[in-house]
Order: sequence, then C-alpha cells, then structure tokens
Amino acid sequence: MANDPTHQFLVNKIVPIEIGGIDFSFTNASLFMVASAAVASGFLYLTTSQRGIIPSRLQSVSEMSYEFIASMLREGAGSSGMKFFPMVFSLFMFILTANLLGMMPYFFTVTSQIIVTFALALFVIGTVVLYGFYKHGFGFLKLFVPHGVPGALLPLVVAIEIISFLSRPISLSVRLFANMLAGHITLKVFAGFVASLGTLGALGIGGAILPLIMTVALTGLEFLVAFLQAYVFAVLTCMYLNDAIHPGSH
Amino acid sequence: MSATAAKAESIPFKIAQAETPTETHDAAPAGDAHGAVPAGELHTETGVAHGEEHGSGVFPPFDASTFPSQLLWLAITFGIFYLVMSRIIVPRIGSILETRHDRIAQDLDEASRLKAEADNAISTYEKELADARAKGNVIATEAREAAKAKADAERLKNEESLNGKIAAAETRIAGIKDKALADVGAIAEETAAAVVEQLIGGKTTKAEISAAVKAAAK
Repeated sequence: MANDPTHQFLVNKIVPIEIGGIDFSFTNASLFMVASAAVASGFLYLTTSQRGIIPSRLQSVSEMSYEFIASMLREGAGSSGMKFFPMVFSLFMFILTANLLGMMPYFFTVTSQIIVTFALALFVIGTVVLYGFYKHGFGFLKLFVPHGVPGALLPLVVAIEIISFLSRPISLSVRLFANMLAGHITLKVFAGFVASLGTLGALGIGGAILPLIMTVALTGLEFLVAFLQAYVFAVLTCMYLNDAIHPGSH
Repeated sequence: MSATAAKAESIPFKIAQAETPTETHDAAPAGDAHGAVPAGELHTETGVAHGEEHGSGVFPPFDASTFPSQLLWLAITFGIFYLVMSRIIVPRIGSILETRHDRIAQDLDEASRLKAEADNAISTYEKELADARAKGNVIATEAREAAKAKADAERLKNEESLNGKIAAAETRIAGIKDKALADVGAIAEETAAAVVEQLIGGKTTKAEISAAVKAAAK
C-alpha cells in the first residue's frame, strides 16, 4: 500500500500506443474516462428502456437529472439556450459520473487531472466564443461593454471584463480539478493516519479513532463535493452560454 | 526523465505524512515500487526523493507527458458520450416526458369531461327532484281542496236540512202560539160573560164583552 497521497493520481500505461513520437497510450485515466462514459450512458440507456408512463425508481433518477439540467439551462440561458441542452447534459453527467467513480477505493479520478478539466472548460468557452461570433458577429463584443457605465470608466471596465472573460476557462477548470484533488488527498492523508496509528498498540488504536471518524465524515463530504462540482460546472456553463446567446444583456 | 524537476510540487502533501510515526512506514515502501528510496528519507520535512516510481518526479496531475494521451482519450470518450447523449438519451427521455405530459393533460381533460357529466347528472337529478316535489305539492293541494269542498257541501246540506227542520218547528210553534192566543180571547170573553151574568144577572151582548176584553187585554 502506497502511503504517498499523490500516488492515486499517477497515470499508468495499460496499452502503450505511440503515434509520431507522441505518447497516446491507453492509460488508467483513459480506462476511467471510458468507464465514466459507459456507466453514465449505460445507466441512462437501461433505466429509460421501459419508457414507462409511470417511471420506475431508476427511470425517475434519469428523468430527474434531465429535468434538473433542463430547468437549470432554461433559467440560466433562456429557452433559446435549449439547443445546448445535449452539451450541458453530457458535461454534467460525464463530470458527475467521473467524480462519483473516483470516490471508489483504488479507482482513478478522471477529473483530478488538470488537463481533463481544462479541456472541458476550453470546450465550453470555445463553444461560447464560436457561437457568439456565429450568431452576433462583432456584436458579440458588446459582451465586454456593459450598459450604463460612464465614458471615463469605460476603458477600465472593458479591460476588467476582458480579463474576467479570459480567466473563465482557468477558473472553471481549476475549481473542479482542485476540489477533486484536494478532497482525495485529504481523505488519503486521514486514512493514512488511521493505518499508522493502528500499529502503535492500544494507545495508538484509541488515537486512530479520531482520524477514522474524520475519514468517514470526509467521505460523506466528498460525495457532496463530487455532486456539487458537477453542478457548479453545469451552472457556470449555462451562464457562459447565456453570454453567447444574449451578449450585452448583463 | 528528470527525477528532480518538480519535487517542490509534492512537498505540501509530504508534511502531513511526516507527522506519522516513522516505524510504520519502514515496511510499507519496501513492498512497493518506492523500494529504492530509503524509508527515513521519505519522512523528512523536505520531502525529497518522492514519487520516483514511474521515473517522473512531477506532481502527477502536472506531468505534461501524459497530456496528449489524456486529451486524445478524453476527446474520444467524451465525443462518443456526447453523441450517445444527443442522439439517443436526450431524445428518448424528452419523448418519455412529453408522452407523460400529454397523457396527464389528456387524463385531466377526461377527468374534467367526466366531472361535467357528473355535474349534469346531479343537476338533472335535482331538477327532477324539484319537479316531483312540486307535483306532490299540487296533488296534495288538490286533494286538500277536494276534501274541503266535499266537507263544505256536506255541511251546507246538513245546515239546510237543519234550517228546514228549524223553520218547520218555528212555524208549528207560531201556529200553536197563535191558536193559543186566539183561544185566550175566547176564554176571556166566556169567562167575562159568565162573571158578569153571575154578578149582575143581566145579559150582556157578546159584542160588549169582546170589546171590554180587548180593552182589558191592552
């Protein structure tokens, strides 16, 4: 058993693949990406295969997640934002499943890799920028010019708006990455205390109770964080999409 | 790869480990890929010489050598996942919800139609009840009036016959009375004639006596 709390984030090659000198190996990270996609789509597919008018429990879980994201997107980006529903729903389900799978012992957490969260964030921002320019042309740039700002302050405000827009992919990706990373490290460290103190005899076993309670509590908290971060990612995606659909309306 | 490039990344996470008792870790790394690293070194505050097992000292999430593979596999898996969602899952759940929505609306319509029918039935029933009640009242009134008329007729008939009897009786009484009164005059005249004859012995004419009786009777 490795006591190094960062050991769990190591990417191991399972099937080495190298194309043009670049390493594209199928790794444990790839495996759990596949697993997340398979578990999420498998769950959604199988639970809804009955197409029941009266849903079974699991079918209503799928329907609830659908309606949860649908109402989030409708509130965040209006009814014209519903064309992005498959995208937001995929992001939410993929991140949620990856986060929850990562909670299993010995499982790899896909979302604890900055490159993964950054790629997802870039996908969102890229969609926002492309759709914004496609739909509004240069009118999309009104996004950076808020209404009712005095002329003297305008250059400053526009600069701030541009910086805040550019920092979005970073904040979006780092938020998810750091939450998953820190949570897993904390869990690992506290669980390590339990094992270490447990070998110290009676006193140690007594002392190990505290970190054990802590580990149990943190596990609950981490499940909450796993859901919450998927939720936050989806909510922010909706907000950013709203900027692409209605620039200059905020 | 460089083993020492980014050691500093992992330091914060080693400090917590360093607080744990050393002896418990003596055996642990030996059974692992860490084997090459002396146990004592693992638990120093500096945290040097950690994470070598895969030949890279970089904090794993920042190990750029894994980025191309992660990006490729993320693109593949998320791309397929997105297609599955947008082509199969989203339309399917959408249609389930829509079907249910339609069904509920349909059922609500049906329920309101049935309710209207029930309301109609109730109002018909109440109307018929009111009609029956009115009819009953009419019958009762008619019967009452008929009975009353019959009773009145009976009473009138009885009264008439009684009045007839009373009138006959009165006529008879009047006749008897007249006769009696007439007799009273004749008796008085005879009595007076007798009295006069006895008292004065003279004869009086009948006319005188009747005149005298009449005067006396006045």
